[in-house]
Amino acid sequence: MQFMLLFSRQGKLRLQKWYVAHPDKLKKKITRELITTILARKPKMSSFLEWKDVKVVYKRYASLYFCCAIEQNDNELLTLEIIHRYVELLDKYFGSSIRLLAQKHCILVCELDIIFNFEKAYFILDELLVGGEIQETSKKNVLKAIAAQDLLQEVSYGDVPIEL
Amino acid sequence: MASIKQAFNEAVERVSTVRMPAPTRLRDLIRQIRAARTAAEERTVVNKECAYIRSTFREEDSVWRCRNIAKLLYIHMLGYPAHFGQLECLKLIASPRFTDKRIGYLGAMLLLDERQDVHLLITNCLKNDLNSSTQFVIGLALCTLGAIASPEMARDLASEVERLMKSANAYIRKKAALCAFRIIRRVPELMEMFLPATRSLITEKNHGVLITGVTLITEMCENSVDTLNHFKKECGHREIVPNLVRILKNLILAGYSPEHDVSGVSDPFLQVKILRLLRILGRNDIDASEAMNDILAQVATNTETSKNVGNTILYETVLSIMDIKSESGLRVLAVNILGRFLLNNDKNIRYVALNTLLKTVYVDTSAVQRHRSTILECLKDPDVSIRRRAMELSFALVNSNNIRNMMKELLLFLERADPEFKAQCSSNIVMSAERFAPNKRWHLETLFKVLVAAGNYVRDDVVACTIQLISETQSQQSYAVSALWRALEKDTSDKQPLAQVATWLLWNPQNTVVTKQYTLLSLTKLSTRFQKGNEKIRQIIDTFGSNLHIELQQRGIEFSQLFRKYDHLRPALLERMPPMETARPQANGIIGMVNGEPESEEDKSSVLEASTPPSDSSALLDLLGTTDLGITPSASNKNSSANSTTVVNNNDLLDLLGSLDLNAPTSTSTLPQAQTPSQIFSPTNATNFLVDGLLNSSSVQNDTLSMIVLDKAGLKITFRLERPPDIADLLIINMSAQNSGNAILTDFLFQAAVPKVTFQLQMLSPSSTVIPPSGQVSQVLKVTNINKVPLRMRLRISYTGPTGPVLEQTEVNNFPPLTLQ
Repeated sequence: MQFMLLFSRQGKLRLQKWYVAHPDKLKKKITRELITTILARKPKMSSFLEWKDVKVVYKRYASLYFCCAIEQNDNELLTLEIIHRYVELLDKYFGSSIRLLAQKHCILVCELDIIFNFEKAYFILDELLVGGEIQETSKKNVLKAIAAQDLLQEVSYGDVPIEL
Repeated sequence: MASIKQAFNEAVERVSTVRMPAPTRLRDLIRQIRAARTAAEERTVVNKECAYIRSTFREEDSVWRCRNIAKLLYIHMLGYPAHFGQLECLKLIASPRFTDKRIGYLGAMLLLDERQDVHLLITNCLKNDLNSSTQFVIGLALCTLGAIASPEMARDLASEVERLMKSANAYIRKKAALCAFRIIRRVPELMEMFLPATRSLITEKNHGVLITGVTLITEMCENSVDTLNHFKKECGHREIVPNLVRILKNLILAGYSPEHDVSGVSDPFLQVKILRLLRILGRNDIDASEAMNDILAQVATNTETSKNVGNTILYETVLSIMDIKSESGLRVLAVNILGRFLLNNDKNIRYVALNTLLKTVYVDTSAVQRHRSTILECLKDPDVSIRRRAMELSFALVNSNNIRNMMKELLLFLERADPEFKAQCSSNIVMSAERFAPNKRWHLETLFKVLVAAGNYVRDDVVACTIQLISETQSQQSYAVSALWRALEKDTSDKQPLAQVATWLLWNPQNTVVTKQYTLLSLTKLSTRFQKGNEKIRQIIDTFGSNLHIELQQRGIEFSQLFRKYDHLRPALLERMPPMETARPQANGIIGMVNGEPESEEDKSSVLEASTPPSDSSALLDLLGTTDLGITPSASNKNSSANSTTVVNNNDLLDLLGSLDLNAPTSTSTLPQAQTPSQIFSPTNATNFLVDGLLNSSSVQNDTLSMIVLDKAGLKITFRLERPPDIADLLIINMSAQNSGNAILTDFLFQAAVPKVTFQLQMLSPSSTVIPPSGQVSQVLKVTNINKVPLRMRLRISYTGPTGPVLEQTEVNNFPPLTLQ
C-alpha cells in the first residue's frame, strides 16, 4: 500500500498515512485531486479507480471515505477487507455501541470520535499495518496491544497521567 | 475510575498554572476550530495557536510538549504548515515518558520527509529505542522506520532490524519483518543479510509473524531471481513450497477459529499472501507448479463465495492458476470462476473478473470465449469502468465465427455509448470488420452503421476506410449510393463524417468547410457526367470564387478556370477515378493511386506530354478530395492560375498539389510538363513524409530498426522498432534499458507519452524495476498511429542510482519514416 486517506463527505481530510516518501506539496496535491475524483463518483460505480498510475480502492462507511492507493500486484478485493478490518477495529475501540457500521442516525458519533481522537486512529492503524503491509490478522491482538500502550501512557507519568 | 482520572487531570492543570498557564487542551482547540464559521475565522484561531505553540518550544523540559505537538498535528491535517514542529517531535521521542514517545513518533511519521536534515537525528533516536527493554517502545520505533525509512536510514539500521527479527517476542518479530520488507524495498542490496532470519519466520504458528514473513519473502523473490532460487533450493522439511501448501491446507481444513475468522473464512489475509507467494514460486517452474496444483484446486472448490472475502481468495487463486504451469483442467476451472464472477451482483467482483479475463484472453482464448455472452452483457453495466473493460475484452474475442453476432452487440453499445467511448469503439469495429468481414456487403453495412451510430465522434480513419471500400467494390456501389442517400435524408448535422462519405458519392450541400470541399469537388466532377445542367454547376462553382474561406475560394477559382480557359482539359481531368486497390488500414489509399498503375514511367510521361493524363490526374484530384482537404495551402500557391497568363497546361494540377504541401516541386510550377507525378513525389524529397514513406512502403515494411534514445550516466535506452505485417497502424517498440555502470539501479520507471489525438499508446509491464550492473530491463510499447503522422514521443525515466533518485526527460521525434505508414 502506498498511502491511506480518510476524508469526510464534505471533502475534509481526517487521517493520512503515507508509506511512500513524497514531498509535502505533492502529498497535498494528490490528496486534493483524489478527494475530488472520488467524491464525484456515483454510488453505482465500483470501488476501484485507475488513477494516474496507481490503483485506488475506496469505500464509504457512513460519512467517512476510506481510500487506499495500492501496488499493481495487490489484490483489490483484499484491500476492501483491510479497510473493513480497520473500521471494525475503530468501532471496537471507540465503543461497543454501534457506530460506523450502523444506521445513518449515529454516523456523526463516529466521525467525531475520529476527529477528537485522531491520534488514537493513527495508533490503531499502526498496529494493523506496518510499511503499508498487514502485520496482524487477529483483531484481539491489535486491541490488546493498543490497550496495553494506553495503560503504559497512564503510568509513565507516575500518579498524574497527562491529558492531551 | 473516569472521575478519578478527571480529578487528577484537573489537579495537574491547577498545579501547573502556578508556574505557567496550562496550554489549551487538544479537544478544546478542535472545538474552537470547528466552531469557526468562515475560513478566515478558522485561520485566525489556527494562527494564534501556532504562534503560542512556537513560543513554548523555547522551554527546555515541558510536560506540555506532547499536548502542543498533538495540536500541531491536528493543524497540519487541516493543511496548515507545521514543519517547524519537526525538532520538537525528536525531543519528544528522546523523552523517557511513553506518551511523549507515542506522540513524538506519530509526529515524526507525519511531519518528516526524506529531504530533512533531521533524518540523521531521528536515526539516532530510532537506534536507541530499537535497543529499549520495553516491547512497545521497540514497536513504535519499528513502526516509524517501516513508514519513513530512507535509503540512508535503511543502511544505518538494517543490522538492528535483523537482530530484532530473531527476537523471542512475536510482537517485535512481526514488526521487524515488515521493517526488513521496507528496507529491502528501498535498498535491495541489503537483502542478503536478512535471508537467514527470514527462513525461520514461515515455520511459525503465530499468524502475525507468518503473514509478515510471507510478505517479506514475496518481496525478496520478486526482486531477485537468485533469492527466488535460494528459497526453492531449501531441502528437507523446510522446503518452501510444501511448507506453504501445508499452512494453506491447515487454514482451509482447520475448524472455526474465532480469532482469525472473517465471515466464515479462516484468515483470508494470510491465505491471499500465501497464494501470491506460491504464484511467484510456481511461475515457469513445472515441479513447483505440480506441488501446488492440488491445493489450488482445493481452495478453488472449497471456498465459501457468498461474501466478498471468499471471492477475494478465489480471485487470488485464479491469478495464481493462470500464472503458474498449472494443469489444463485447473485453468478451465479458473476461467469458469471468473465467468461466475461476471454474474455476481457485486460490481467490484465483476470488475476484477473482466480485468483478469483481459489479461488471460490472449493465452486461453477458447476458455474465455465460452463466457462471451456474459461479457457482452457487461457492456450494459451501469459502472463506466466495467463497460470500458467489457468493451476491450469483447474486441479481443472477435473472430470470423462470431463476428456477425459480436458486431451486432457492439454496434448497439456504440449507439448508446458515452462520447468518450465512441471514437475508440468505432475504430475498433472498423478494424475488426476489416479482419473478419464475411463479405463486402456486410462490411459496407457495418461501416455505414458505425458512421450513423458514432456520428461526429468517428475518427478520420473510418471515413477513409469507407470511401476506399466503396471505391474498390464496384458491385456494391449502387447499394452504397442508396444506403447513403437514405441516411442523408435524416438530419446529418451531428454526423459530418457520414456526410463526407456520402458527398464523395452524391451531391448534397453541407455546412462545414471540409464537407463543402468534398461537395465542391464532387460537383465539379459531376459536370462531366451530366449532359445538361453544367451551366448551373458553373454558376455555383463561380460563387465560391468569392467565398470567405480561403481554401474554398481557391478551389472555386481553380475549378472555374476549368470551365473556361481549360475547358478542353476538364473531361479528362475529371474522369472517373480507378478503384483503389490496396486494403484499407494496412496502407493508405494514396499508394493505390500512385502505385496503382504499374505501367512504366515512360508510358506515363508520354501520356502527360499529350496533356491529357487520363487516370493519374484524376487520381490526384481524388487524392486531394479524399485525404488532404484539411491541409492549409502552402505559400507556394501564390501563382494561382487565376491571374497567371503564361501558365502551362498542367498548372492547375500542380496548384492542386500545392495544397499537399509539396514545397519544392510547386515552386517550380513552370516545369516542363513531362514531369510525372512519381517524379514530383520523389522519394528523395525527405520533407514529404506522407508520400515518401508510402512510395517506399513495399521495401521497408516489416523491417526492424533500432535507435538509441538515451545514453546518459551509464543508462542506455534503446528502442527496437517492429511493424507486424498483419496489423495495420501498429508499431511495436521494444524498449531495453541497459545499465553499463557498476551500481544497481532501483525503482526504475519508464514512462512514455504520445499526442493523444492521433496516437494510442499501450505499455506492457516492464520485466523488472531493478537493473543490476550490466543487466537490462525491457518493456514493450504498442503505438497505434491512426492518422499516419510523424510520431513524437515524450519520455520520462526515473530510477534510484548510487547518488540517489535520478529523473531524465527527453523527447523522441526522429523516428524513421517506416513508422508512419
